[in-house]
Amino acid sequence: MQITKDTVKYVAALARIELKEEELARLSGQLEGILNFIDKLKEADVSQVSPTSHILTVNNVLRKDELKTSLKPEKVLNNAPHKEGTSFVVPKVI
Amino acid sequence: MNYEPVIGLEVHVQIKTKSKAFCGCSTEFGAEPNSQVCPVCLGFPGSLPVLNASFLDAAIKVAVALGCQVQEFTKFDRKHYFYPDLPKNYQISQYDLPLALNGFVDIELESGAKRIRVKRVHLEEDAGKLIHADKMSLVDFNRTGMPLLEIVSEPDLYSPQEAYEYLNNLKSILSYLDISDCDMEKGSLRCDANISVRPKGEEKLGIKSELKNLNSFRAVRDSLTYEIERQVGALGVGEKIIQETRLWDDKESKTYSMRSKGEAKDYRYFPDPDLPPFIIKFSKVDEIRKALPELPKEKQVRLMRDFGLSEYDAGILVFSKKDAEYSEDCMRKYPKENKKQVANLLIGPLLSEANNRNCRLVGLDLSAENLLELIDYVDSNKISHLTAKIVLTEMIDTKKKASVIIQEKNLVQISDTSSLNISIEEVIKENDKSVQDFKNGKENALMFLVGQVMKKTKGKANPKILQELLRGRLKDA
Ligand SMILES: [Zn+2]
Repeated sequence: MQITKDTVKYVAALARIELKEEELARLSGQLEGILNFIDKLKEADVSQVSPTSHILTVNNVLRKDELKTSLKPEKVLNNAPHKEGTSFVVPKVI
Repeated sequence: MNYEPVIGLEVHVQIKTKSKAFCGCSTEFGAEPNSQVCPVCLGFPGSLPVLNASFLDAAIKVAVALGCQVQEFTKFDRKHYFYPDLPKNYQISQYDLPLALNGFVDIELESGAKRIRVKRVHLEEDAGKLIHADKMSLVDFNRTGMPLLEIVSEPDLYSPQEAYEYLNNLKSILSYLDISDCDMEKGSLRCDANISVRPKGEEKLGIKSELKNLNSFRAVRDSLTYEIERQVGALGVGEKIIQETRLWDDKESKTYSMRSKGEAKDYRYFPDPDLPPFIIKFSKVDEIRKALPELPKEKQVRLMRDFGLSEYDAGILVFSKKDAEYSEDCMRKYPKENKKQVANLLIGPLLSEANNRNCRLVGLDLSAENLLELIDYVDSNKISHLTAKIVLTEMIDTKKKASVIIQEKNLVQISDTSSLNISIEEVIKENDKSVQDFKNGKENALMFLVGQVMKKTKGKANPKILQELLRGRLKDA
């Protein structure tokens, strides 16, 4: 599969990252390599295998509706570059 | 050209559990920001979400009540997007294998009953809350990971009024199930609307816009009305509708285009490897179905059967679960066979008192016993219907019993003939002309004289007895 610079730009926008022109070129090559590698899976014969959504054979893992102690707000905000009171502060997003 | 709107609604309802969907943090509303979070709901590396069993049970309960087919196999997926309210950069949701499919909500329209299909019901977690300040936004993750159910209708709604009815009926069912506060102000019930218009008779759907920021059912109805007009207007002058998200501005009463999120629709769903799938046995669904409480439609039918109410009256009373229980209690305790007197009071004066005070019947805080005492005064002709209304308002305002108010204000009807006769004699003396008019066959004159006696007795004369006495007296005169 061919990955164009536009595709890389598109994926970068979804991930909210900015890329320079030379990075676009480099990454399009790398992404193409990764996808081609994954395409190897297509060579496997899966005609006898049913689709799976999970690798484990367990299911119905549930917990009781019980409270556990939450983190203290000071701890939650410990690594936050910007805070006000016990809230995180981010650039205005609306 | 004539256009018709096509509307589909997505309702999010927050499920009332003690702890969050996938971790043990509290779901209590209004706590200090970021005081109810943990490594799981903040998405720290190495943490493992585990589904809350009560959340799943409540979800199955809703699905069954909506007549859905609960799926035997269901799983969770990650829905990816980047926004400051989402600490993991994905939301745990359900994509291609939701909990339940193909349900319905019946609504009543002037043209009759209509069945609105429910496409799917799935479980997901809520995102955090952003508070927008002057130059920054504050982030509170307490709401992150709260258990939500998303209920998606088919595009079966053809007018804002139908959408409004659908929401009211859905909310009524949800409130009977007692699985959520269903409080739009607290955000435990939210609604987004998809709306497009198409030329009448056309099969193909038009291009839709998604309306957000709808903070009340009224806002849903008003925003849809506005949006239909906008889309039809645009098409009328040859403009193209673009698929977009539009925000409703309640103050301005209009929708405006949200700054394009670019390709934000590209959510890149994939199965959440942290959550193994769920196999839901038929026996489990059946057990929940058997334990379902009486639902509004069933209660309506029963009230009609047990108390002889009309379909309309019963329909009004069953709307809110608590009001329905209160009304039923009043009617059950009322000693007479015919319950119409109680139903009329509930649907008439009591409901308008509640509406005036912006609350429900139960919000008036009037016990069934006190209400029945008032009705007994009317039944025994001690007070008139009109006086009863005045006493009722007073009862609600002062929390006093009917008997106390009636005694304090001396409101008991005068049924005693001797004291009425005194007033009648006075009125006959003072209104010679009307007396003559009546004798000459003018029936209206009698009503005038009745009114005059009423005035003298400050409205307390028993109208029936008064009229009989007066008629008899005039014959003799
Ligand atoms: Zn948590």
